[in-house]
Amino acid sequence: MAEFSVDPFVDLYARRTSGMSASEVRALFAVASRPDVVSLAGGMPYVQALSAEHVMEVVESVLTERADTALQYTGGQGAPSLRAKLAMLMAEEGTVADPEDMVVTTGAQQGLDLVGKVLIDPGDEIVIEAPAYVGALSAFSAYEPRYVQVELDDDGMIVEQLEEALVRGARPKFVYTVPNFHNPAGVTMSLARREQLVALCREAHVPIVEDNPYGLLRFEGDPLPTLRSMDPQNVIYLGTVSKVFSPGVRVGWAVAEPGVLQRLILAKEAADLCGSNFNMLVTERYFAGDLWRRTLERLVDVYRSRRDAMLAALQERFPADARWTSPAGGFYVWVTLPEYFDTQAMLAAAVERRVAYVPGTGFYPDGRGKDRMRLAFCYPPEESIVEGVRRLGLLLADEEDLYRSLSGGRT
Amino acid sequence: MTARVAVLAGGRSPEREVSLRSGHRVMTALQTRGYEAFVLDPAEDALVETLSAAMLPACYIALHGKEGEDGTVQRLLEVLRIPYTGTAPFACQITFDKVLAKEALHAAGVSTPAWATVEAAALRDLGGGPILHHVAERVGLPAVVKPSRAGSAMGISFVERETDLPGAVMSALSFSDAVVVERKIEGVEVAASMVGGVHEPLPLVEIAPKSGVFDYAARYTAGATEYFAPARLVPEVASACQHEAAAAFTTLGLRDVSRADIMVDAEGRPWVIDVNVSPGMTDTSLLPMAAQSAGIGFTDLCERILQLALARG
Repeated sequence: MAEFSVDPFVDLYARRTSGMSASEVRALFAVASRPDVVSLAGGMPYVQALSAEHVMEVVESVLTERADTALQYTGGQGAPSLRAKLAMLMAEEGTVADPEDMVVTTGAQQGLDLVGKVLIDPGDEIVIEAPAYVGALSAFSAYEPRYVQVELDDDGMIVEQLEEALVRGARPKFVYTVPNFHNPAGVTMSLARREQLVALCREAHVPIVEDNPYGLLRFEGDPLPTLRSMDPQNVIYLGTVSKVFSPGVRVGWAVAEPGVLQRLILAKEAADLCGSNFNMLVTERYFAGDLWRRTLERLVDVYRSRRDAMLAALQERFPADARWTSPAGGFYVWVTLPEYFDTQAMLAAAVERRVAYVPGTGFYPDGRGKDRMRLAFCYPPEESIVEGVRRLGLLLADEEDLYRSLSGGRT
Repeated sequence: MTARVAVLAGGRSPEREVSLRSGHRVMTALQTRGYEAFVLDPAEDALVETLSAAMLPACYIALHGKEGEDGTVQRLLEVLRIPYTGTAPFACQITFDKVLAKEALHAAGVSTPAWATVEAAALRDLGGGPILHHVAERVGLPAVVKPSRAGSAMGISFVERETDLPGAVMSALSFSDAVVVERKIEGVEVAASMVGGVHEPLPLVEIAPKSGVFDYAARYTAGATEYFAPARLVPEVASACQHEAAAAFTTLGLRDVSRADIMVDAEGRPWVIDVNVSPGMTDTSLLPMAAQSAGIGFTDLCERILQLALARG
């Protein structure tokens, strides 16, 4: 008799890998990425809107003028000249940031990982929104926190719930939030809630981690102040150029007060020494001059039309008892279906009908969200969005029929 | 001898990824034996055009799920007169459909757990929803709810209480238009595989998932399941398993290669719970483990399966 060891190192893996396993949903996404499937699943920025000519010029100039630097290591914090450009992006939303308080990261995703590395010990409580950005959950979970979940409504995080949790004795290391055009919920935290959250956290001595990838993708209304601008001492801010330029260059940043910043830089250097200098120089050059503003305006126009197409299609095609958010920016609409729906189970049937979405369960650490789905309007053109929503609507109607039959006509 | 061989893998089924993993491993194995093997993905490539232009002596079918296992691709290859590995179309069609396979096995006296079938059409068009109460009574709980036409344990759930049955049926119907509600057998799961014919059984592989459930994650996450080959069964029980597996393969008319999944209950009785015409060939798959424990390496295994098809050319 032999014991077959598929993986001879299985007994050696760290506890933090226990959640890392093959999944049915991931397997279904492999089929959903086929061109005949309308994918409302992935949050891919519409990079086709970039001016190819402008990008080419930028890349060429980096290679002709600064090849020696571009192909070399750089400091862990990132070049001051790039940080100045990133501070300029923050100023677009009215936030004053000192480039000295900034570390350039490999996308905001690395920022999330570094925050986890620097602040979370196994068993520590951290506060997340419910639902929460799935990539943040993956990043934080490796550091084995206990999650305290605070619900969202149309005005963002319900701060009263956080207050109650603190009163009940929660002692979180930090509060994580995506205040603008939330992923996956699409909602934006109101000014009143921002003020409430900032005041509460300052008083409770709990830092806020503000993740703001979509802030500049506002379709209407005036920008709200970032949490960082309201309380620089108590807010760690994460930004990225992924949504305003390109996710391919992997350039993000974190802004924090000196103590935190120093640890973030050291943690960053331990992870990868420094970011890609070539990509950082391309990014710096991209944001020189004013061309990027025109591209951003074009992007916002495209996303706004797609959002409108999706909301109109949902109104026309989705069941009367479904609810969804109406984002004023960003990439996502969050749909809540009647509770008998199981969007994870339904995904196979959706892919069979050539449409895909992200089931709600991935956005909660505790398996909730079966009756929710995230729909992304950022990538497919309007006619595809309309067709995708139509296919989904038909599927939901069929599922409803099944449910009616199974429940003996009771719904 | 350098024969050109298409390894069909990928496709549009939910098992696309698994199939691509199987297919690339088979391709590499055949290449090391000098075959000019290449992966042909029906979802990416023009299947019929490529096959009809290539004048291939044989195809290796590493597709999983619908189209690859239900006789569809086999019928295409029959028309093109290209020999292929594995079972002929009609037997594929029966075997891939758990409803038909269960009925065939039961009629032939093969040991398979009590079950009932629920079809989407019956629920939607005949108002058959109230049937679930009778299903639960007839099958008994706990039960396993499975889509009739799917693989890799996708869409499967375990039901302890009758109130959970409607949700489980709806989930399984996402993968297929009918579901099998089957009495859950508690015990040890083993896989019985054959290559060449029923007179050539491979050693049984015992499956011990660490989570207790052999679901998608337990199947395809390296290390999530422990395997023992041969299975840790007393000889009489092991031979009873092989006997039932052979009876299942014969009843369903399978050829070249196949795998039966069997539950052995506390009394040592084997129950056939599933039969596969295109067993997985990934690094965590059962057939290659069975072969290895019989002293047949992966490369030999692939070549042997291919030669069975070449011999039909």
